[in-house]
Amino acid sequence: MEVTKVNNATRVFKIGEVETKALRGVNLSINDGEFTALVGPSGSGKTTLLQLIGLLDKPTTGSVTINGKDATSLNRNQRADLRKSAIGFVFQFFALIPTLTAYENVEMPLLLTGVKAPDRKKRVNEMLEAVGLLDRAHHRPDQLSGGQQQRVAVARALATNPKLILADEPTANLDTENGRQVMDIMKKLNKETGVTFVFATHDPRVIGYADRVVTLQDGVITKDSKANGKS
Amino acid sequence: MFQAFKLAYRNVGRNKTRSLLSALAVGVGMALLLLMASVLEGEMQGALQNTIRLQSGHLQVRPASYEEAKISLKWEDLIENPDQVAAQVKSIPQVTVATPRLVASSILTVGDESKGVQILGIEPDSPANQPFREGMLSGEFIKADDREGILIGNVLADKLGLKVNDKVNLLVTTSNGDVNEQLFTVRGIFTTRTPGYDESTIFMPLAKAQAITATENHASTIFVTLQDLNQADAVAQALKGSNYKILTWRDQNAFITQFEDYANAFFIILYLIVLGITATVVTNTLVMAVFERTREIGILSAIGMKGRSIMAQFLAEAALLATGGVIGGLLIGGAAVAYFTVYGIYIGDYGLTGVLFEDHIYAHLTLQNTVTLAVLTYIITLIASLYPARLAARLEPVEALHGLGD
Repeated sequence: MEVTKVNNATRVFKIGEVETKALRGVNLSINDGEFTALVGPSGSGKTTLLQLIGLLDKPTTGSVTINGKDATSLNRNQRADLRKSAIGFVFQFFALIPTLTAYENVEMPLLLTGVKAPDRKKRVNEMLEAVGLLDRAHHRPDQLSGGQQQRVAVARALATNPKLILADEPTANLDTENGRQVMDIMKKLNKETGVTFVFATHDPRVIGYADRVVTLQDGVITKDSKANGKS
Repeated sequence: MFQAFKLAYRNVGRNKTRSLLSALAVGVGMALLLLMASVLEGEMQGALQNTIRLQSGHLQVRPASYEEAKISLKWEDLIENPDQVAAQVKSIPQVTVATPRLVASSILTVGDESKGVQILGIEPDSPANQPFREGMLSGEFIKADDREGILIGNVLADKLGLKVNDKVNLLVTTSNGDVNEQLFTVRGIFTTRTPGYDESTIFMPLAKAQAITATENHASTIFVTLQDLNQADAVAQALKGSNYKILTWRDQNAFITQFEDYANAFFIILYLIVLGITATVVTNTLVMAVFERTREIGILSAIGMKGRSIMAQFLAEAALLATGGVIGGLLIGGAAVAYFTVYGIYIGDYGLTGVLFEDHIYAHLTLQNTVTLAVLTYIITLIASLYPARLAARLEPVEALHGLGD
């Protein structure tokens, strides 16, 4: 089943009189349970494409559907609602709220979706256990290593049980060991829960985890290949 | 809501110095407002109480034709048989004191120096003279049968270099237009701590004042005090129908009320200036917080927090700053007000026609003023946070997360 579909999307940024075409007509369909890597050099449009899929931005032309629903015409609040229920995010930087503990960071999306306290507690503990950080639940981000912070971010992204997790360079700021741990966890969760992952990267070790690799260059998809060389 | 305040509390604690300074700005602003309001209230209440105590009483009974500005001594402008009238007034239950007084203009001469003064003929034993008795600095209070003694204020005594037992000459125009003069002895020197009054008023027994002005058995007014000044209208109503003009303290002190209205309007402008400065500090603090936390706002937005919740987040921070500021303001302002309530602010001889200001203003803070100003400070602080809160709420997630990839 199709989790998200990008139809002939373009994204043009205008700064003063200068127009930058970040995406130039992208078509992409991501199916349920896929573990997809978006690869390409800096400036190729990976992050822009993730932002369109994640409803953080709107395409200049074209459309984006999430779970079969066209999200292009949704207003700001409707997009926020859809993000809240259907999409989880993991960012390149360790995007945790610094004033909240690991537990509270994971709890935040559950609070936003109105999950009741006992269910919230159970879910947060499950997620922290899944990323191996239950013993760090009450640590603030500045008391955690970069890898631990990114694992908390993964736990937060999964907390509301979304169908789709978008990760933008999830290992870019991590050393090899921590990067490997984060990718192992993401892959494990993908296998165990069937949640779909789409992640942007240009780290060859990370690309190796992917079932499918989509290559972007200058705002267009130049290659879309399955792992083991299947195209 | 709880979550918003929990986050807000932690965010406020993030940059403690800045939050403390912002709350302090709110606190100092509010403390200033409390002090200003209490000084104004104290000045107005003090002037009113002082004028009632020394000059107007709670009520005065006067002849229908009497005009205060003229200080007429013509018999038709005076009350005949004032003791009887005073006794009738005194028979009303709410009345505590009713005493006749005669007011006359005079020129006081000592050596080569002369000064225009107002003679107040009083019944020395009347409780209405308690403020003057309490203010005796030297000598003794005049007695009813004294025919040569007067009391003078300390300011007049200082200006003319007079001491107890010194002789002064008083020249008066009598009720029939003749001029009369007599040598008097200063029996005592008093202060009402009202420089204007103490410079221009001398006391002598009513009988002597009547004798020297040829107004036997007449008085200018019956000075009345009541158990409660709020009974003035009711007592005035009870006395209506007599041949006299009944003037309540409100009638006599209308100028103070008008002046208070004017001063209130002026002070509202000052309040707004102070609150405007405070609001600017709060706005600045929160705008800085929005810019510093742009990325976090982006994260919250990305995980589905709506604009109004982000706005509520910043309003909650402003509410915490306002709460801290108001509490601080109550403490700082309360301490300042307490000091000036006890020690006052020296203003010296500050005079306005018809108003008797004491030489000190004593702060007087009312509960109503405190509550009003606390609520006003709180509301203005929240209003000041609306702009930064909206700024945060309107950030597009993609802009807030800008520069984090390609």
